[in-house]
Amino acid sequence: MSSGRLDAVPARAAPTQGVPRHPAWGWLAGAVALAALAALAAAPAATASDYWLSLGINLLQYAVMATAWALFSGPTRYVSLATVAFFGIGAYTFAVLGETWPQPVVLLTALGLGVVLAVLTGLATLRLSGVHFVIFTFGLAELVRQLVTWWEVNVTKSVGRYVFVDITQREIYWQLLALLVAVLALGAWIRRSRLGLALRVIGDDEQVASHLGIDTARTKILLFAISAGFITLTGAVMAPRWTYLDPAIAFNPTVSFQVLIMALLGGAGRLFGPLAGVIPLVLLFEVLSARFPNHFPILLGLVFLGIVYLVPNGVLEAVQRAGRPRRTESPS
Amino acid sequence: MLETRRALLTLAALLACAGPACAQDKIRIGWALSKTGPNAGGVATTQAPNYQLWVQEVNAAGGLLLKSTGKRVPIEVVEYDDRSSSEEAVRAVERLITQDKVDFVLPPWGTALNLAVGPTLHKHGYPHLAFTAVTDRAPELAKRWPNAFFFLGTSAQYAEGLMAHLESLRREGRIGPTVAMVSVADGFGIDLSGAARKVVEKHGFKLVYDKTYPLGTQDMAPMLQEIKALDPDVFIAFSYPPDTLTITDQARVAGFNPKVFYTGVGTAFPVYKQRFAANTEGVMGIGGVNFDSPAIKDYFKRHQAATGREPDRWASAITYAGLQAFQQALERVGRIDRAAVSAELKKGSFDTIVGPMKLDQQVYTGQWEVGQWQDGEFYAIAPAQRAGARNAIVPKPAWKH
Amino acid sequence: MVLIDILLGGLTLGGLYALVAMGLTLQYGVARIMNLAHGEFLILASFAAFVLVSQWRLHPLLALVLALPLGFALQWAVYRVLLTPLVRRTQAGPALEADSILATFGLLFIVQGIVLVIFGGNYYSYSYLSVPVSILGSTVAANRLLVLALAVLIGGALYVALIKTRLGTAVRVVAVAPRFAPLVGIDVRALSALAFGLGGALVAACGVLVSMFLPFSASMGVVFTMKALVVVIMGGVGHLAGCLAAGLLLGLVESIVARLVDPGLTLAATYVLFLGVLLLRPAGLFGRAAR
Repeated sequence: MSSGRLDAVPARAAPTQGVPRHPAWGWLAGAVALAALAALAAAPAATASDYWLSLGINLLQYAVMATAWALFSGPTRYVSLATVAFFGIGAYTFAVLGETWPQPVVLLTALGLGVVLAVLTGLATLRLSGVHFVIFTFGLAELVRQLVTWWEVNVTKSVGRYVFVDITQREIYWQLLALLVAVLALGAWIRRSRLGLALRVIGDDEQVASHLGIDTARTKILLFAISAGFITLTGAVMAPRWTYLDPAIAFNPTVSFQVLIMALLGGAGRLFGPLAGVIPLVLLFEVLSARFPNHFPILLGLVFLGIVYLVPNGVLEAVQRAGRPRRTESPS
Repeated sequence: MLETRRALLTLAALLACAGPACAQDKIRIGWALSKTGPNAGGVATTQAPNYQLWVQEVNAAGGLLLKSTGKRVPIEVVEYDDRSSSEEAVRAVERLITQDKVDFVLPPWGTALNLAVGPTLHKHGYPHLAFTAVTDRAPELAKRWPNAFFFLGTSAQYAEGLMAHLESLRREGRIGPTVAMVSVADGFGIDLSGAARKVVEKHGFKLVYDKTYPLGTQDMAPMLQEIKALDPDVFIAFSYPPDTLTITDQARVAGFNPKVFYTGVGTAFPVYKQRFAANTEGVMGIGGVNFDSPAIKDYFKRHQAATGREPDRWASAITYAGLQAFQQALERVGRIDRAAVSAELKKGSFDTIVGPMKLDQQVYTGQWEVGQWQDGEFYAIAPAQRAGARNAIVPKPAWKH
Repeated sequence: MVLIDILLGGLTLGGLYALVAMGLTLQYGVARIMNLAHGEFLILASFAAFVLVSQWRLHPLLALVLALPLGFALQWAVYRVLLTPLVRRTQAGPALEADSILATFGLLFIVQGIVLVIFGGNYYSYSYLSVPVSILGSTVAANRLLVLALAVLIGGALYVALIKTRLGTAVRVVAVAPRFAPLVGIDVRALSALAFGLGGALVAACGVLVSMFLPFSASMGVVFTMKALVVVIMGGVGHLAGCLAAGLLLGLVESIVARLVDPGLTLAATYVLFLGVLLLRPAGLFGRAAR
């Protein structure tokens, strides 16, 4: 195997095929999920504190993005660093149109733009795999940022847009929550559908997949577009939070890396894997930056190293393994 | 029903205040600054040392004098790192206000982060002292956020100040009419170059080169060589600190020495002086200080002693002066009453190291617009009619090697 | 005249890009570690050079010479202590790449955090050899020329070493066929550590050179990492010659666009070039076609 493929994700993201599930689990999980959703939706009403609301927004933002990211990258094992390109496009669309158009129209426009870019990217990158895909998507995000900057400088003659709209923090919270529910529902549906099966086959071996008659290109692009669509929407929903937006804020590459790390940490191959990464990491970021403002990077780095050594296959698998101690280790 | 509840709450508050809990024995001031990320350089040079200096000095004097308690109360600091991110900055300020319940919040660094936290500070009625935000929307924002104060002026003001000063030099026959301008493709560069472009012709100048370069450019030679071939009288770079250093260095190497050589943010930084030493002579830039004023000289000494480094010569002194104004407003009010402090900031006049400071319409307009390195110090040269302004050295002396 | 300006400017900038990327391509090509802390190690070396030169009054070239063994030792140790357990656990299998991304991401923060604690967030700068050199009527700074010369020299020397020496051949075997290397008696881990350390030496030298002409701060490492990743992938992973070619090409394109089109589009142009190369040659300029 040449250095090409980043088969990396698979190990951290091994799909859970073959784990037997009792039907009652499904019902129980459903009930728990509904209760959790109700609690989450009611949470802003229960707290008057902006801070907790804000933390909730932060959690939801990354939950949507990491879940959406894993929707494509989990099963196909293509690691994308273009996350912030889509996020930024969403945010920018809102910055440009948000003050004049009604919000639903703006969101739809953003969605359209994100999906178009995703399809173009998908078409362009069909031949790429592994680390080449990773760095390509990173380059793409930077290119989009440069082009937006150039456009703003030369055409609109200003960098930095002011966004004054009457969208409250609670509305942002609820919109993100709705996005999270949608992306999880869609993810669950895809896993059960032929599409999900096709994706897993592609992830295991792309050649086998095409021999089986799977239209690999169409499948990959479709999923990449869905994933990108959610990320774009997240950007558009988040934009009203900051009053001021410029390319450096909208296209900050750290966002791509954070999403990647969170999804990998939780386990990108499972539907709830990314959530299992987002929640501890967001809280950890929060605690570290609040308690140790001067040593944040060092502690964060140490935590990352600890994670790599102690939780080799993602949080979710570690949790499940703890629950089922007898499960045999699958060969890597 | 609601009234009853409010009355009860007031009563509860009064009762609490009678006890020891309310005997104000300290004042909590919080801030979130970019300790990491792209803003860290500006924060570490301009803003963090001044916060540190001010708190040290206030606490060394026993604290802030609150007339309502009749004694001085020391400042307790709560600080966070916003990691140069708008989202983190917003959340950090929310945390300061609602979790840490600080009495006052000092602002983050830069235009973008100040605008990001503006709505939050406004919503909770905290005074917003935007020390390092340069925005043409300052007057409009001041209306939107009645507790917000803008200390660093507008880009139009700096551009107009520079061009007007250049015009007077041209009228004296010391420079010709051609101008070459480069700007960084980010907020500061675009705003300033946009404002300058508008008034260039009004002041009788001609733009022979006008280009923008992306953030993070590491080689300025192609632009400088092209500009050198055009031989302009005036070179203006609305640049960020790393670019300012690189542009100066590469202009020197290329032997590009126009009559007026002006660079942006960073020209006033101590690292500029340390890096270019005698070669700073005659370089113009944004900001400047009246170094002949004893108050400024003394401030430089204290800054050096307390933080181990010199202040920058643009926003540092204004940040510190802003803190002085805030302190005086608070002490005049004499109790922790944020609305009253904002009101006092609006109408009062304050005695600061940059002279008397007034925040008419919530915007301070007494900044120096252009400075020039002369004999190892970055003196203010414009507005030229203001007391303390030095005469410009034009043409700029040749680079030394 | 303009042509010479463009060539000189492009080649010196490209030399810098190539040099920054060479260490990374060795580490990634041989040791299979995508070192996201690459730029942080570069900045660490810049700070070390700053201390050596402006406080200890050492000659910058002496600092450059010192950087090589120190950089080697540091990163060799990083590989031995931090990364070997991961290599062992994953049996250098596919999981290694994800683990190494996470681990070096952590390392990035640690190195950056340490630099921040010691030096704060300020910009630092000093100058050495910042004197004009005139070539065919065009001027260029001597320190930038030095970077180009060293990029060509180091790239060439390493290339020859890899082709001609026994050790070099062994390294190449590890790069190309790590699973078979043990069969012919090659100690893969020792050689991986060697390559990783070598990458460390290169990036340390690069950090010293950069500090001679660019201002730097604790937060700037990521800029260099990103540039290096682009060059590495564009040149073909593990290819020193490809690295040099890709670096110079990017530098030239920036220089041409800045001078003849619009300086505002330089970075956009380099990314277009990069994406274009990847689309046409998915394995990079010099890479063997990946399956």
